[in-house]
Amino acid sequence: MNSITSVQPRPQTLTELFLGFSWLALQGFGGVLAVAQRELVEKKRWLSRDEFIEEWAVAQLMPGPNVINLAISLGSRYFGWRGAWVAMAGMLAFPLVIVLILATVYAQLAHLPAAAGALRGMAAVAAGLIAATGLKLAPALKINVLGKPLCVLLGVATFVGVAWLRLPLAVVVLGLGALACGLAWRRLPA
Amino acid sequence: MTELNLSPGDWLTLFLHFASLSLLSVGGAITTSTDMHRFLVDRQGWLTDAQFNTSVALAQAAPGPNILFVALMGWNVGLNTGLPWAPAAAMVLAMVGIMLPSSLLSYATSNWSHRNRHLRGVRAFKQGFAPIVVALLVATGWVMASATGRTLDHWPLWLLAALSSLVVWRTKLHLLWLLGAGAVLGALGWV
Repeated sequence: MNSITSVQPRPQTLTELFLGFSWLALQGFGGVLAVAQRELVEKKRWLSRDEFIEEWAVAQLMPGPNVINLAISLGSRYFGWRGAWVAMAGMLAFPLVIVLILATVYAQLAHLPAAAGALRGMAAVAAGLIAATGLKLAPALKINVLGKPLCVLLGVATFVGVAWLRLPLAVVVLGLGALACGLAWRRLPA
Repeated sequence: MTELNLSPGDWLTLFLHFASLSLLSVGGAITTSTDMHRFLVDRQGWLTDAQFNTSVALAQAAPGPNILFVALMGWNVGLNTGLPWAPAAAMVLAMVGIMLPSSLLSYATSNWSHRNRHLRGVRAFKQGFAPIVVALLVATGWVMASATGRTLDHWPLWLLAALSSLVVWRTKLHLLWLLGAGAVLGALGWV
């Protein structure tokens, strides 16, 4: 996986790690995945494409914010637990300040119908963005060991349970998740 | 809304609620936002529907990880108490709650799973959860769209959500254009 001929670049200092993730986070409007791939793989080359896909899969399947998990994983690989903290802080510090400023400004304007309307429109778009992320990932299920019928069944059951029946998430994720992992275990070769 | 009066027990409950969701937030914390809504808005009445949706929408519109919507929810719960120190305190409790358990687990397992990615159990976990993660994201979009109104007279909002979903799914248009378009349509009162 690692190229034999070239030495893979890596952040040399904690400051470089912090700034790298800050810069990445500040470009991530409406989602950081696309930017993370461009920055970490294409520009900084801290990861090869294969490594990125692998890291992302784990970051996504672990609980917690994907990009934060990715930051923790990469940071700890380079600098241990200090690296994990620094990468996570880099991901959050500047965006937190910005979002609090936005919220404060918005609170002053919330009485204006236009401001409330603008945010209502953005909320509808945001809902669409999140649903679309799911749709974009769906093709990855084609090669899932569970097979298409089971994937569709589990997906529909999850959707109905969460979106229509409004069941507590724990019931859905733990119940269906355990079932799905068990089924996958049986179908995988030892 | 009238000023909230949170007891010490309520502050603990706030922290524990987010902490309990942390390890369930497979596929990103946004997938637990349905449960946050159930708890913060429907059950406790600590946030209004508008504040809840504002928190999600502002964090989505701003740069950075979407997890910051949790920071804004905490901030707004604090604002509702009317106490000057409360927004920052509630924000820290909410963020530490939602991030600490999952981050510790992530730290502990990231190197381990990288070394053991060929194990049958690791593969079964990844494969089993994949369809559920995908469906959770779509369900979350659905819940967020229906938070603004489930009835047919809100059809322009549904149409906007569906259209932006389609555009993101099928094109590489920068998300900022879509959020901007949503803001303009909303400001003009069309949706």
